[in-house]
This record gives sequence, C-alpha cells and structure tokens, in this order.
Amino acid sequence: MAFRPDHELHKRRFGRNMGLGLVLVAFVALVFGLTIAKVSGGGKIEAFDHTARPSLIPEAEE
Amino acid sequence: MTDATTILDQSPEAGFGDYVALLKPRVMSLVVFTALAGLLVAPVAVHPFVAFCAILFIAIGGGASGALNMWWDADIDQVMNRTKNRPVPAGKISGGEALALGLALSGMSVIMLGLAANWFAAGLLAFTIFFYAVVYTMWLKRSTPQNIVIGGAAGAFPPMIGWAVATGGVSVESVLMFALIFMWTPPHFWALALFMKDDYSNAGVPMLTVTHGRRATRAHILVYTLLLAPLALGIAATSIGGPIYLAASLVLNGLFIRGAIRIWRREETAAEADAYLTEKKFFRFSLSYLFLHFVALLAQAGLAPYGLGGW
Repeated sequence: MAFRPDHELHKRRFGRNMGLGLVLVAFVALVFGLTIAKVSGGGKIEAFDHTARPSLIPEAEE
Repeated sequence: MTDATTILDQSPEAGFGDYVALLKPRVMSLVVFTALAGLLVAPVAVHPFVAFCAILFIAIGGGASGALNMWWDADIDQVMNRTKNRPVPAGKISGGEALALGLALSGMSVIMLGLAANWFAAGLLAFTIFFYAVVYTMWLKRSTPQNIVIGGAAGAFPPMIGWAVATGGVSVESVLMFALIFMWTPPHFWALALFMKDDYSNAGVPMLTVTHGRRATRAHILVYTLLLAPLALGIAATSIGGPIYLAASLVLNGLFIRGAIRIWRREETAAEADAYLTEKKFFRFSLSYLFLHFVALLAQAGLAPYGLGGW
C-alpha cells in the first residue's frame, strides 16, 4: 500500500515541530551554559560535609 | 477533490515563522541593540555568557509584550495597511494563542533574567512588559493622542535594564539613556503618522495627526526635537560620555533639529506634492540618529582602554 503524499500542511507542521524542538534544545543548552558560567565564576565553593572546619567558624573579633 | 483537502487548502495554519513574527523581530532588534549598549557601557564587567543570556531574555521579554500587543490590537491591525498581514489579523494564529504565547514568554523571560543576572533587572523587565502591554496597548493607545509619548517609555527601558544587569541598580547614566529614547520616540512616530496619513484615522487610533491636525503635529515634532537635544548632549557630561560622544551628538542633534524645522515650516500642500519626501527623510534619519548615539557610546566605552575614553 502506498503512502499518501504529504500535504503542504504537513510540511508546515513538520517545520513548526522542528523549530520548537530546536528552541527547546537551545534552552537546555542555555541553562547548562549559565550553570557553568555561574558556578565557575562564583569563586571558592565548598560543599558542607557535616563536620566543623576552620573556614566555617567566624573569625573572632579582635 | 474531497472536502478534507478543501479544508486543508483553506486552513491558514501557522508555520514556525508566524510565531516568530508574533514577537515583532524588528522591534526586538532595537531592544537587543540598546540593551546591549546599556550593558556594555556600564562600569561593571559581566561574564560574556551571562551577558548573552541576559540580552536574550530581555529580547524575549520584549517579544512577549509584542505578542500581547498583537492579541489585544488584532481589530486595529486588521484595518491598517501596515499591520494587516500580521499573524493574528491574517487568521494564521488565533488571538488566544497569541495571548498564551505572550504570557508564557513574559513569565519565562522575567524569571530567567532574574536567575541569570539579578532580580532588580528582572523586575524592570516585568515592569516594561506591563507598561507596554497594559498601560500603552490596552489603555493609552486608544484613549489619548499622547499615546506615543507615554508609550515610548516602554521602548526606552531596555538600556536601563542592560545597565541594571551589570550594576544591579539605576544611575544618572541609565536614566539619561532612558530619556534619550523616551524623547526621541514622539518625533519619530509623528513623522511616520504624517506620511502614513489614513492608516491611523481609519483604525480610529487617536494619533495627534487625527485629533489635533497636521499643523499641530508638525509643531509638536519640533518642540520634542528641541527638548531631546539637551538630554542627548547631557549624556556627554556623565561618566559614559566623552569627546567622541559629544562630537557625534552635536552633529546628529544639529541635523535632527534642522529636519524638524523643515517639517515645521512645510505646508501640507507642498508635502502632498512631493509625496512627503521631507517627512520620510526625517523618519529614516531618526533611526540613524538613535542608532548612532548608541554606537558613539559604545565607541567611547571601547576606546577607553586606549586613552580615548571619557573626560
């Protein structure tokens, strides 16, 4: 059985879906890039490992 | 031919480009440029990728307000030659879809700008969208001939938002960049209204040309152009100004005022005889006027490391 030929409308719909897909992929890439920029630009970042360490203790005022 | 294909042939279902058109890409390009200028001339450096994202979200916010404008103004757009092929009046996209896209993109752009830059800039963007969609489009556009004057504020916010992205606040420099676009908008649009004669009157939009006549509009163009000059030149005295900007601004304002005087002096019959040549020239020059002011600011900021910066 032969496929019915695509109507022009289907092409337009395909273009629209493709466009939206690309926009979503670009958005993911953007959020990823922003995360990298923010994290690497944030200076020293230390994870909290539930034990006291000198850098967590506020310096005593003279 | 079956009924189904007839319906398919008649269905003006939108393509991807129609949704892009809903965001007014040409207005967006001005938003991008002025916001970028505001961001680059600010005294605080921004990570290039963060700057790119911030400008993108400002542009999307501007586009969203354009979509909201097209949703609300579909009836006017249908009547005006300049706008009757926009996606909503052309029947490609329904009003509801334009509204949904506008609202979704507004929320998305504001939240993303807040996360990428700071919440002050995001708040300013939210206010800009509100101002353009609600204050200008829904309220002022159809009720007062000063619609362009106050609505122009919406278009004037982008450099202020760009500045806020970098600095997190407002300063005299960003207010003056706002003032430059704010005061530039009325002469720019009134010149357009002079030669797009019948469009606005057919649509029932109370343009100054319709309510106060063309003579008064010509006088208004001159007055606003004269008020604009000191604001534009004032930027030269701030931290972002300098000799390059001052020289450029002096020339541009001189030419702009000359054009406005020509428009003011012209009789309607003379204008009709040469198909509004002077008005069209003034309108085209107004675009260069604004563009070159920001180029001069960028040049001033770019040349600062070489000793050619501000005062």
